Amino acid sequence: MGEIILQINNISVVYSDVIQVLKGVSLSVEKGQIVSLLGSNGAGKTTTLKAISGLLKPENGAVTDGSIIYEGKNIQNQAPEYITRLGIIQVLEGRQPFKYLTIEENLRVGTATRAGKPYKDDLDLVYNYFPALVQRRKSLAGYCSGGELQMLVIGRALMAHPQLLMLDEPSLGLAPLVVKEIFRIIKKINEEQGATIVLVEQNANMALQVAHYGYVMENGKIVMEGTSKELSENPDVKEFYLGIAATGIAKSYKDVKSYRRRKRWL
Amino acid sequence: MEFFLQLLVNGVCVGLLYGISAMGFVMIFKSSSVLNFAHGELLALGAFFFLALITWAKLPIIVAFLLTLVGSFVLGFLIEKFFLRPLIGEKLIFVIMLTVGLAAMFKGLILLIWGGNLRTYPNFLPETLALKLGTIYIAPVYSATLVISVLFLVLFGLFFKKSAQGIYMRSVADNQMAALSLGVHVRRVFALSWAIAAMVAAMSGIVLGIINGVNVHDLSSIGLKVFPVVILGGLDSIGGAIIGGIIIGLLETFTGGYLSPSLTDVVPYIVLVFILLVKPYGLFGLVEIERV
Ligand SMILES: Nc1ncnc2c1ncn2[C@@H]1O[C@H](COP(=O)(O)OP(=O)(O)OP(=O)(O)O)[C@@H](O)[C@H]1O
Ligand SMILES: [Mg+2]
Repeated sequence: MGEIILQINNISVVYSDVIQVLKGVSLSVEKGQIVSLLGSNGAGKTTTLKAISGLLKPENGAVTDGSIIYEGKNIQNQAPEYITRLGIIQVLEGRQPFKYLTIEENLRVGTATRAGKPYKDDLDLVYNYFPALVQRRKSLAGYCSGGELQMLVIGRALMAHPQLLMLDEPSLGLAPLVVKEIFRIIKKINEEQGATIVLVEQNANMALQVAHYGYVMENGKIVMEGTSKELSENPDVKEFYLGIAATGIAKSYKDVKSYRRRKRWL
Repeated sequence: MEFFLQLLVNGVCVGLLYGISAMGFVMIFKSSSVLNFAHGELLALGAFFFLALITWAKLPIIVAFLLTLVGSFVLGFLIEKFFLRPLIGEKLIFVIMLTVGLAAMFKGLILLIWGGNLRTYPNFLPETLALKLGTIYIAPVYSATLVISVLFLVLFGLFFKKSAQGIYMRSVADNQMAALSLGVHVRRVFALSWAIAAMVAAMSGIVLGIINGVNVHDLSSIGLKVFPVVILGGLDSIGGAIIGGIIIGLLETFTGGYLSPSLTDVVPYIVLVFILLVKPYGLFGLVEIERV
């Protein structure tokens, strides 16, 4: 096994002092890998990412137990300004552009962790990964399509030179071809930039195709883990997350309790 | 006709000042959703600080002006750090009460030191600054106002459009969570918007002091004038604040010139009510971009 970049030991997360959402989650992420985190709505995937990135605090949440260790440092309950400067960048669920900023200004916000340093090469790099953004550089992000926005928010995170890039449901609400393109680029970023990636997904099928390793969450706990190959051959995963019944007949999404296209309000 | 043009020029100049000072108010609101009820007192504080520097300390005008701007910038920064920061995340009403309290405190301080009488700056603007356009005469104060206002607007435009800090500030106003996720120092942005707001308030305070004389009550009630200006322009639009300011400025001077000087404080509010009946979000309130 390779070097561990992120180690989560048995953490509990509580919102507003009373709502316990994570109940002893442990997982580890190997440097340079893509690790996927699967699970149904409300399982606690987003909460896990926010515990790592320090974004629980603005939501009145906190890690009350356990530890999160990133490259030897304890980072639980640290401020996001500090955590992002260690190289951990989370791409939020539901694509959150700065609507009234242009595409290029959005990308420039990605330089906040190293303000004042040159960024032109990084812009070129992002435009190289996402050529579709080039011709829209000067238009307001609020008027871009969902696919363009997903590229934008991933590109914006790349501007920060992430060591650990965490993507929260990048495929949400996108057309199948766009989803394919996004996942191709995620894989490319992992290979070319050497960024370790944590990928939260409802689209287990795609996620298991690009990831090396995976965890499955239910009700604030990790219920299963394994290599992507092991997971995609597991009968439970097949039935509940890949929509394939044991007999091999595809089930309708209605039967899979986890699938819901529109997100609840935050 | 001549009279009309004269009023037009004066109205635009005063309006630009209202607009610029309202811009500071809008900036704080946009970045941290705080309504600053001490805005007028910041204006007054700037005007009196400048007065002290030129009359007591006898500093050259330009040095005193720059020093006042720097001093107000620092003051805004400190206000955020010591008074507002502890309240981050608290209920809005606490924050509003805090700014009301700050207003009373600053006003009291000014009354204590300078008293409530009208004071005037020594006349330091040379007559050469006056402009003559055909038959209309633009007094030195007004042409100076015009130059300073346009300079400020251009500088701020560049700051928000080009500089990294300016873009970070706009990102926080736009989507705070996303800004946090990219490592933008959100508290620093709050502090910076208070600092800039206090600075532009002081600038407008000084110039209004040159035009109308320096008096706590007058200057701090201009803080109230910020409300029609920003409501007219839309609470969340910086460009709207400028245009709202010009409209209020024009309404005031025209009312004063054609109707009666005693109505200047009333008419703008009446017009405001009518505009709001037609456009409830103000003339330039952001129309929410909804595209998911
Ligand atoms: N700010 C909050 N305050 C209180 N409860 C919250 C908060 N955010 C999330 N929760 C609750 O925590 C649980 C887990 O939420 P989380 O967003 O982590 O789930 P998820 O696995 O990301 O789900 P989804 O697939 O729908 O995004 C849910 O029951 C949710 O209602
Ligand atoms: Mg989620």
